[in-house]
Amino acid sequence: MLLEIKNLHANVAGKEILKGINLSINEGEVHAIMGPNGSGKSTLAQVLAGREEYEVTKGEVIFKGKNLLSLSPEDRAREGIFLAFQYPVEIPGVSNTNMLKTAVNEIRKYRGEEEYDAIEFLQMIKSKMKLVELEQTLLSRAVNEGYSGGEKKRNEIFQMAVLEPTLAILDETDSGLDIDALRVVSNGVNKLRAPDKAVILVTHYQRLLNYIIPDFVHVLYKGKIVKSGGKELALELEEKGYDFIKDNSGVLV
Amino acid sequence: MTDFNEVNKWYVSLFDEFEKNLNGESKLPIHLLRKKAIEDFSALSFPTKKNEEWRFTNISPLLQTRFELAAKAPTVSQEEVDRFRFNGMKCPMMVFINGFYSDRLSELSSLKGKMTVKNISSALKENNPQISKHFAKYADSSNQIFTALSTAFIKDGAFIHVPEGKIIEEPLHVLFLTTSKEEKILSHPRNLFIIDKNSQVSIIEHYAGLDESVYFTNAVTEISVGENAIVRHTKFQEESKSSFHIARMETVQQSNSNFTSNMISFGGEISRNDFNIRFIGTGAESELNGLFMTEGNQLFDAHTLIDHASPLCSSHELYKGILDDKSRGVFNGKVIVRRDAQKTNAFQENNNILLSGDALIDTKPQLEIFADDVKCSHGATIGQLDNEALFYLKSRGIGEKASRDILIHAFASDVVRRIKINEIREHLENILTEKFSRKNEN
Repeated sequence: MLLEIKNLHANVAGKEILKGINLSINEGEVHAIMGPNGSGKSTLAQVLAGREEYEVTKGEVIFKGKNLLSLSPEDRAREGIFLAFQYPVEIPGVSNTNMLKTAVNEIRKYRGEEEYDAIEFLQMIKSKMKLVELEQTLLSRAVNEGYSGGEKKRNEIFQMAVLEPTLAILDETDSGLDIDALRVVSNGVNKLRAPDKAVILVTHYQRLLNYIIPDFVHVLYKGKIVKSGGKELALELEEKGYDFIKDNSGVLV
Repeated sequence: MTDFNEVNKWYVSLFDEFEKNLNGESKLPIHLLRKKAIEDFSALSFPTKKNEEWRFTNISPLLQTRFELAAKAPTVSQEEVDRFRFNGMKCPMMVFINGFYSDRLSELSSLKGKMTVKNISSALKENNPQISKHFAKYADSSNQIFTALSTAFIKDGAFIHVPEGKIIEEPLHVLFLTTSKEEKILSHPRNLFIIDKNSQVSIIEHYAGLDESVYFTNAVTEISVGENAIVRHTKFQEESKSSFHIARMETVQQSNSNFTSNMISFGGEISRNDFNIRFIGTGAESELNGLFMTEGNQLFDAHTLIDHASPLCSSHELYKGILDDKSRGVFNGKVIVRRDAQKTNAFQENNNILLSGDALIDTKPQLEIFADDVKCSHGATIGQLDNEALFYLKSRGIGEKASRDILIHAFASDVVRRIKINEIREHLENILTEKFSRKNEN
């Protein structure tokens, strides 16, 4: 098993948002986590990535046999977790390339691999750029500064391609994307699917799942997973809306 | 509580001693200027926090020390001097030790025949015509006590005259090194840079301590930028952390001239910079970039004044501060647009980050606009390292230390990249890395 979340509770600013999440993910699987706004989807994503402001009050998370919650955000990334942000942060003055070069080399160092030199790095980067149809000019620009919404999301997927995580968590990467950008992003993700890797898709809409077919769909509501199923569950949600979960939440748990 | 009168008397007594040791030099016309200045000095008093221009800068630690005039320069080796070349940059260099010019340590041969570079003491002795025309004409002594002190104790400094139509491609590095062993010494570097019409030059004014001793540098630099001339001025202040650095730069710009000031500062227990620029001809341009870094109990104060006294001039000012520990910073940026200075373009910005909860910055933009057809803007920000950005970088596998480092570099980057001399830019990047890496280790 790659990731195991057991009875996870977490607070944000003193308020309990996650109220006992249980979830197991194996290598090679794609899990979609859906749910209405405010259900705790993004909180779960951020907690897994190690955001310090989110306080875990109960439960445990085992990743590749290690206690994930005891690791710093950077060590989680080095162990193979990647979070594609819902709102990628703009960092003026830091170029995309420099950030990625530092990241790749810190990760390689952590894994006891040799650091890339400038040429090796550039070659690697260029092959990954094609994957998400990223323009070269975006590389030298400051991280996410002045990017369009679509460019920001594509940049997240590009970073994911470069960092080659074992577990990628995509936090509403689809929201706000037009259909062309959605295709590019989905293509990028699909190409990175591998038997030893897993993906968590956090999304509000079923639309993304037409392009990235999940193995499992989970519905998160009020901080708990209230329903799990196959890809057909997403279609059911699309048809009936989240209200059907809300109406029956007590029964479905 | 320091008795300001006593301090004043102390400096006057130093002057008497200084005057006795001038020997023949006291017969030179310049000496009248000194005597006038010491009179001005006696009539003025050291500023307290009640003085608006010194409201945030308490200089009493400076006044508590009885500084002595340096008697003569100690012996410093070529190797020690070469350490202060930026990334090994080979360029003409003028070296002053404890305020005294060292011919032995200076290397100016490549500039021969192109421009005049000499120590001001020689220029004064030979009654250089440029001296009577420009010297002490821009930095007025009568209302500024530290300038009065400087003028009273005129002894040495750099004199640079670039004649009309000369393009000097190599930068000129002027290094003021101070080392104060037993006695706490005081030096008064006094510089005069005259750049004539259609010329171009790049001058680096570099202040550094050879060790972490206590001393006081009171520097005054006057710069005259001729018509259509281009001057790049870099001030690099890395004095001893126990020293006091008070400096004034007065620049006057003729029509269509272009002046860039890069001010980098991280030394000194207390450092104060008064940078004043006056446009006396139309269509001139100025760019002021500043980066200051303070830590421990350091205090850095920048007072800039851009006097748009002529129409169609533009000024662009960007000062950035990085403050750590219990250090303090002051930025006071004043822009005056005179009544006739129509079509003025003036932009000013001051951004600061506080790396510790105990650091403090006082920032004050001051715009005084008397013309009606102008474009002026100013802004100031104070913040911490962005936590969102820190988390973003860490989530990419970049460690805490490296992430902070990246963000500090990024913050400084728009000032750093405006420095045109590669070696200085690289040197500064290294300093930024070392300085903050060391801090983040714990």
